[in-house]
Order: sequence, then structure tokens, then C-alpha cells
Amino acid sequence: MTHTMKDGGQVLQVGMLARVEGEGGMHIEIRDGVVETVRLEIFEPPRFYEAFLRGRAHTEPPDITARICGICPVAYQTAACWAIEAACGVEVPPHVLALRRLLYCGEWIESHALHMFLLHAPDFLGYDGAVEMAADHPGAVELGLRLKKVGNELMSLVGGRAIHPVNVRVGGFYRLPTRSELGRIVPDLERARDDALAAIRLVAEFDFPEFTQPYPYLALRAERGYAIESGTPVTTSGLTFPVSDFTRHITEHHVAHSNALQATLDGEIYVVGPLARYTLGFDRLSPTCQEAARAAGLEESCRNPFRSIIVRGVELLYAVEEALRIIDEWVDGRVAFVDVPPRAGEGCGASEAPRGTIFHRYVLDGSGLITDAQIVPPTSQNQASIEADLRAAAQAWIDLDDHELTHRCEQAIRNYDPCISCATHFLDLQVDRS
Amino acid sequence: MGTAGKPSLAVWKFASCDGCQLTLLNCEDELLSIAGAVTIAYFPEATRAVVEGPYDVSLVEGSVTTPHDAERIQQIRAMSGTLVTIGACATAGGIQALRNLGDVREFRSVVYAHPEYVETLDRSTPIAAHVSVDHELRGCPIDKRQLLELLAALLAGRKPRIPTYSVCIECKERGNVCVAVADGTPCLGPVTQAGCGALCPSFARGCYGCFGPQDSANLPSMTRRLRAQGMSEPQVIRLYRTFNTGAEAFRAESQRVVSGSTAGTATAEEVST
Ligand code: SF4
Ligand code: SF4
Repeated sequence: MTHTMKDGGQVLQVGMLARVEGEGGMHIEIRDGVVETVRLEIFEPPRFYEAFLRGRAHTEPPDITARICGICPVAYQTAACWAIEAACGVEVPPHVLALRRLLYCGEWIESHALHMFLLHAPDFLGYDGAVEMAADHPGAVELGLRLKKVGNELMSLVGGRAIHPVNVRVGGFYRLPTRSELGRIVPDLERARDDALAAIRLVAEFDFPEFTQPYPYLALRAERGYAIESGTPVTTSGLTFPVSDFTRHITEHHVAHSNALQATLDGEIYVVGPLARYTLGFDRLSPTCQEAARAAGLEESCRNPFRSIIVRGVELLYAVEEALRIIDEWVDGRVAFVDVPPRAGEGCGASEAPRGTIFHRYVLDGSGLITDAQIVPPTSQNQASIEADLRAAAQAWIDLDDHELTHRCEQAIRNYDPCISCATHFLDLQVDRS
Repeated sequence: MGTAGKPSLAVWKFASCDGCQLTLLNCEDELLSIAGAVTIAYFPEATRAVVEGPYDVSLVEGSVTTPHDAERIQQIRAMSGTLVTIGACATAGGIQALRNLGDVREFRSVVYAHPEYVETLDRSTPIAAHVSVDHELRGCPIDKRQLLELLAALLAGRKPRIPTYSVCIECKERGNVCVAVADGTPCLGPVTQAGCGALCPSFARGCYGCFGPQDSANLPSMTRRLRAQGMSEPQVIRLYRTFNTGAEAFRAESQRVVSGSTAGTATAEEVST
């Protein structure tokens, strides 16, 4: 919707953004050809997770925080497990880490396929949604759905179900899958490897507007491989810090037009997510992924958020390869979990959600009850850069007609695959959206 | 009716995690045929296109937590032929209904100048507390097979087959070893409505009640069993007070345990947050 202000200014307003997770809107004011105000409006009602985590047992955050987001529950479960295990001074054995990574690969595959084909591709091909797109591009939509399904099946196999898996616990899993159970999904994953390569080739053909993002990137870096389930924060400005120090660098601010908090890194705007991971971890991708990325026209660093759809494709391919590797190396007969006896203390954890780094921090009392909880999801970290991109995009394409400009701006938001459900969970104030 | 005489489907979101509506997009094999059988008239998570109401079928995810949403659900009811609530948020207020326990601490009237206004804001309520509901799907999240059965039944004009027995029956159907009997694992299966296919016991885990209370459940007996299996009163209370804390049977039983507890084992303060 657009309208003209009394003084001749112009307002672009989208009340309800489509094809994003959760409820948000966009508001842009333009006067005399200059973009004056830009807002990503987050009016999803807050659900107060951090408030009601207080007083819960140290075993509960994986199940409870999963419910913050139905699209990336494993990101929450994994970061919660690391944080509680850190608070209790427990380390999990390497095979538990491997299974966390395998489950997480399922979430990356599912979430990236969902975003690439059902949410983002319609922007490039000019459709309202994937169902409309399927009429003219059935092959592309079927490819996306097939990939998405493998991700969901991997999550169900390891976690019990694709949304809010039941098999994750602090210290490990309730039950380990056997080698023969895991073997059942191998043919589908092998097909998915070809599908992922086809997906990368397909999205590489889209038209990408020229756009460069100047902000620092932050992502985790793992000891081995491309960071998924764990790692240490690093940035393109050369900063690195242990996960346990995240609150010293990352601060959250409440902005009035939003039911979410916005985060800054040492006071500055920064970006997390696929572009950050890719740019900071290109050397850790497999040769096949690197080659596919180059063939799709990417360099070792990517600063154009419109191209994030290709980067998601490369990460999807990587997740499929990793899943195959972990299954291939899986050995039966090991313990499903280690005990995590509670103790008083504080612990932090982080993982790479499909949309970017997620941080959790818990403080426990001696009996293991939570006295304080803090969760910093990717979308609140990206919110300031989304608005900055929106401003730059609106200014760059100001000569487009309202309809086109609005669409371009919506696309600038969807580049981030923003998860508004995630971004609003933690506010302890009640903000009336009316 | 939507275009070409096809029934129209709308998907609405209230306070929720999006997981239940994602279940619809997770029907990868069926999605395109569903889209062929109905007009997807309103589903912002999937499409920018909006077809004006009225809608033949509305799926409602999430709970009511703001005055604006309390009005919005009335409008949606007025525009909808069949209204179906999907998931624990919509059917019981969801995990965010834990805030409702704030009244235990009696902070509202102390903190707010207008408690009558804050009341709505301060509670997370199920959709059925506001409008009449034609069908409900339980679960946090809902089960994909149940969603497909419901849509198929609505399209065929028949009653959906949604079982109302307990998770225990599904465990037997699946041939699971009972985790409660075999390992003494606390399990809410006997009092939880079926629908998930006895998922947790299949993963050597006790059910934590994400499908909410089964109709004829004997909660006091469940509590005795959980206590005998070594759970403390605060643990039992927390188990009832999670994803279906607002469902009447779980709410009442947790309250009963709170009231019956002796000092030092479970104070209201300890269990209410
Ligand atoms: S019931 Fe559970 S899965 Fe469904 S929307 Fe609510 S929190 Fe999400
Ligand atoms: S067994 Fe219980 S907690 Fe587990 S999925 Fe089923 S209803 Fe939910």
C-alpha cells in the first residue's frame, strides 16, 4: 500500500509481510526523492520466554526453547544444550556432537529448501508464492519440495519429528539411531546431493541487482569443517571471542516500533547468517561445494544479500554431504547421553541456526533451577542491517514505480529469511501493537 | 467459495511459533494437490496473494494475547465457515499461557493502574475462550497425518477421524515396550490424547503431554504414579505446566498438587514461573 503525505511526501507501507516467518510489516517514508524513515515493524506479540524459563529445571530448555520457533527448533535445542552443559561443567562425547550435527544438517536442508524455493525464489521469478509459481515452473517447485522433504525425514529419523524433535536432551539423546536405521535415508540423501547441485545451478540463473553490504560479518568457526552445531565467534573485522564472552560484545536494545530487541556488536551494526558464514568459512567448505559456488558466479566472499539464495544452496549441498559422511562413519553400541548433574553457575552456548548465529545463556542455582536466561536469536542481530539495507535499497531504486519499489524492498527483507517469531520471544515488556 | 467453485482455505496466526502452520508446508507430497483442491485464499507465510473473505475453512494457529487479537479472532470467526484450531497454542493457550500463573503472585493489580485492561494482555487464552470452534487438532506441534485427515474429511464433507483415546493405546498399536513399566520412566501417556503415534516412548522417553489431556484421564492417579516413580512435587507440577498448562485438566491437577503441597517442597513461588 502506498499513499501520499499532506506535504507531498510518499509512504510505502506493507502491513503484513508475506513469506516470512512470523508477523512483521514495513514502513518507508520518502520526501523529495530522499528516503527519510525506514522501519521493519515487528508486531508479533511477545511470548516472554526468558521470563518463564526462570524457575524451570536445567533439563527443560531444549524442549521449552524449541517452541520459540517451529522453523529452527534444533538451533534452539542445540544452543540450549551447550549452554547448560557448560554451566554444569560437562563435556559430551564426540559421537553425541556428531549426532547433533547430523540432526542439525536436517534442519539446514529443510529450512534452506523452504526459504530458497517456497519463500525467496518467487521474488526472482515474479510470483506471489510457490503454489502460483508451480503452475509455470513445476520442476523447480518439485525440486525444492523434494529437498525439503529429505531434510524433514532426516530430522524425523534422528529427532523423532521435524518440528520440535523429542529425542534431544541435555547431555545427548534419549535414544541413538542404529547404523541400519540411518542407512535407510542414504539413497534419498544421495539423490539430494544431485538435487542440491541442480538447485544451485537453477538459482544462479536468476537476475541479481547490484548491491553491496558494508557491515562486519559474524559467524562461528569450528575446529574442523564448516560451523553448524558449534564453534567460536569470529568477525570480518578480525575480532574473535569465546562464546562465554558474548554478552560483553553483543548488546540488545529495545526500539519503539518493534516488539523485538535489536542487537549490536561492540556498538556497531553487524550481520549473521549464510553470507557471514560463507565469507568467514569458505576455506572450510568441501571442494565440491567450493566448485559449485564458483560455477554459480560466487567469489570467496559474498556481500550482496540478494545472492544469499545461491549461498543457501551451497550450504544445503554441504549439509547433505555432511549428513552422508556422518552416517557413513556411524558406529553402533555407544551411550546415548552422559549425565549432567546440576551445579550453581552460568553457561553460554551458541550454534549456527539456518538464519545465523544464536546465543543462549543460563544461570543455574545449586539445585539446577534456572535463575536467569538470555537468548539472542539471529533475526534480532540482523534487524539493524535489514533496516540499513532497506534504506539503501529504497534509495537506490527510488525511480521505480511504487509497486515495483515496494516489491524490491520486501525482497531486501526476505534476503535475510527473517524469523519474526524468533525475534519477539524475549521481550519482557508488553507492547500493545494498536 | 474460492475461485472455480473450490473451497477456500485461510491460515491465521496468533501468538505462536509458526510450527503448526509449517506442518501444512511440510506435507511435501500433498502440498500441490491440496493447492489443487482448495483455493489458498489467505496464507501469508506462503503467498503474497490475498483473496477476500468469506472463507470456507479457516485454520487458526496461536493463542490470544493482546486486545487487538481478541478483536481479530471475532472478525475471523465471522468470515469463516468452518473454523479449526491447530495446536496447543490455539487449543490451550500454549506455553505462553505460563504467564497466566502470574495471578498466583498477584502482581497485576499491584503493578498496573488499569488491571482490567492489562487482564487481557496478561493472559494467553485459547481460541475457544473467544469464539466457537468447529474442530481442533491437538499437539505442539500438530501431527501431519491428522492435518491431512482433517482436510480430506472437510473436503469430502464427512466427520474427521481424530482419536480421543490416550497415547498408551498408540504405544500398544505400535508394539512399543512400555517405558513406565519396563524402565520406571515417568510418562504422561496414560493421560495424554493420542495423535503423535506414541513418539516419545518410541525414543525411550516418557511422554511429556504435548497433545494435552485426554478426555477421561484420571489425573490424581497419574500424579500418584509419577510421585512413586521418584518425581518431586515441583517436578510433577512443572510437567503439567508446560505446553498445555492452560488445558483445564492439567491446570486443575497442577493446582491441586500446589495446594496440597507441604511447606518446603513446593511453594507457589517456586513452581509458578
Ligand atoms: S502449538 Fe507448539 S508447534 Fe504449534 S504454534 Fe504453538 S508452540 Fe508452535
Ligand atoms: S509422546 Fe507425548 S510428548 Fe511425545 S510427541 Fe506424543 S504427545 Fe507429545
